[in-house]
Amino acid sequence: MSNEPVIPEFGEASGCVAENRFFCTDWVRDNWADVLQPALVEHVKLTAIAVAVGFAIAFVAALVAHRFRLVEGPFAAFSAIVYTIPSIALFQLLVPVTGLSVLTVEIALVGYTLLILFRNVLEGLRSTPPEVLEAARGMGYTRRQTLWRVELPLALPAIVAGLRVATVSTIALATIAAFVIPEGLGRPIFVALRDYFKTEIVAAGLLAIALALVADALLVLAQRALTPWAHARRTV
Amino acid sequence: MRAPRQAVEIVFDHATKRYPGRTVPAVDDLSLTIAPGEVCCLVGPSGGGKTTAMKLVNRLVELTSGDVRVDGRSVRSLDQTELRRGIGYVIQQVGLFPHMTVAENVATVPKLLGWSRAAIGERVDELLDLVDLPARDYRSRYASQLSGGERQRVGLARALAADPPVMLMDEPFGALDPITRARLQRELLRIQGELRKTIIFVTHDIDEAILVGDRIAILREGGVLVQYDAPDALLARPADEFVARFVGADRGLKRLSLVCLADVPLDPPNGAVTPVAPDGTTLRDALSLMLSEGSQQLLVVDADGRPQGVLTLERLTELLG
Repeated sequence: MSNEPVIPEFGEASGCVAENRFFCTDWVRDNWADVLQPALVEHVKLTAIAVAVGFAIAFVAALVAHRFRLVEGPFAAFSAIVYTIPSIALFQLLVPVTGLSVLTVEIALVGYTLLILFRNVLEGLRSTPPEVLEAARGMGYTRRQTLWRVELPLALPAIVAGLRVATVSTIALATIAAFVIPEGLGRPIFVALRDYFKTEIVAAGLLAIALALVADALLVLAQRALTPWAHARRTV
Repeated sequence: MRAPRQAVEIVFDHATKRYPGRTVPAVDDLSLTIAPGEVCCLVGPSGGGKTTAMKLVNRLVELTSGDVRVDGRSVRSLDQTELRRGIGYVIQQVGLFPHMTVAENVATVPKLLGWSRAAIGERVDELLDLVDLPARDYRSRYASQLSGGERQRVGLARALAADPPVMLMDEPFGALDPITRARLQRELLRIQGELRKTIIFVTHDIDEAILVGDRIAILREGGVLVQYDAPDALLARPADEFVARFVGADRGLKRLSLVCLADVPLDPPNGAVTPVAPDGTTLRDALSLMLSEGSQQLLVVDADGRPQGVLTLERLTELLG
């Protein structure tokens, strides 16, 4: 048209985006389907896999440690050491072996869940009152029946408490996965950090927080459903 | 409904338990026979091995030597869990499963034994009824919603669930307040009157033993049996100084509490006598009444107030002799 300077078109960039204000709802609306929603779904997957695998390992380890006390020390020490390694450093250590892959990310995320999950499952299993164990033995429960029908149900509150902490911290930690692979809510944050695009950083951050809150709430509801005795009204 | 099982005999045959590294045995060469349908109280000071001796029966403690036979079969020859499922077990702290309802707790052993759902449901209601907890109110409560006394009632129902011929009770009422304890002791006697189980009842309370026991075994430190007798014989003729001290200086009074006025020969009524006591009164309370009224005798009446006879202090003394 005229000799006006050509301004590059950022979609339907509004003034808000152009001015890089703190939070622009129209950008979020426009980029939900292409950027934010896929990142959120990836984030949920990364977290779910990490917590599920971490729980499986910690659960088995805790069962073994419950049966054989000697196992507790070494596994607790191992998971504590893993826990203290900074995540960036852990990625650095893993990338040469497992490459820039989901596997690298999951190994790290799983590693961080082990300590809390192992400790909570084991504490839960050990929380059965001695007189309850004696009654179970005296009535002819086998060891296995005691574990599955008494000790594990009674450990549920501690187990779910561990799952809550592990899930919330994994959701926070999984943003760092973007160092290694372009997945999760960390990806939009990393992209936006390059030119400090505030809305994208804030939106992704808020989504991570919301995800953590929702996951935590779901676990609380699950616990209420699974442990009706813990909420039974005391006076009748 | 299942027919009530025949009561069985329990025999301790030179039963001994030694723990490694201890010089004194926990149970030392214990031999005694508990007749079918009887309550045997194991009494003694702590360290007397009474709980250990009881646990030899369901093999929560394994024998070092000697034998324990239930219904003629050595407990050593039986599978541990099978044996335990056939023996009711009640402990002081009850040990109800906190995550199960009252009904689920009571159903524990029938479930282990593979009873049908219908049979279990029916049995649970019947048992809650037996221990005086209306099934409709209590079936779906949790242990945290029960008082101490109610918990032990459920504990008792749970132990009775599969109708075991043998019951082991380890200070079952020891943690309850005196009023609740007295009530549960009476309930146990009522239930035992109906069911006639062979019961081993551990207690450190000689009064409780006198009340619930058909026979009392007194164990001394080191798990040595000092005396095994019916309550009256134990009080009348303590085997030694230890038993005499253990049953207490008031053993004469305790003997009197075993008998009530209806059970003793009375002198014919001789005109107006006060005080008056119904014939259900124990001799102990009768004596107390005479002493407090400053009387040498009292008039015994039946439930309808009709005079039955006169009890004199002199006659009472003869009865103790």
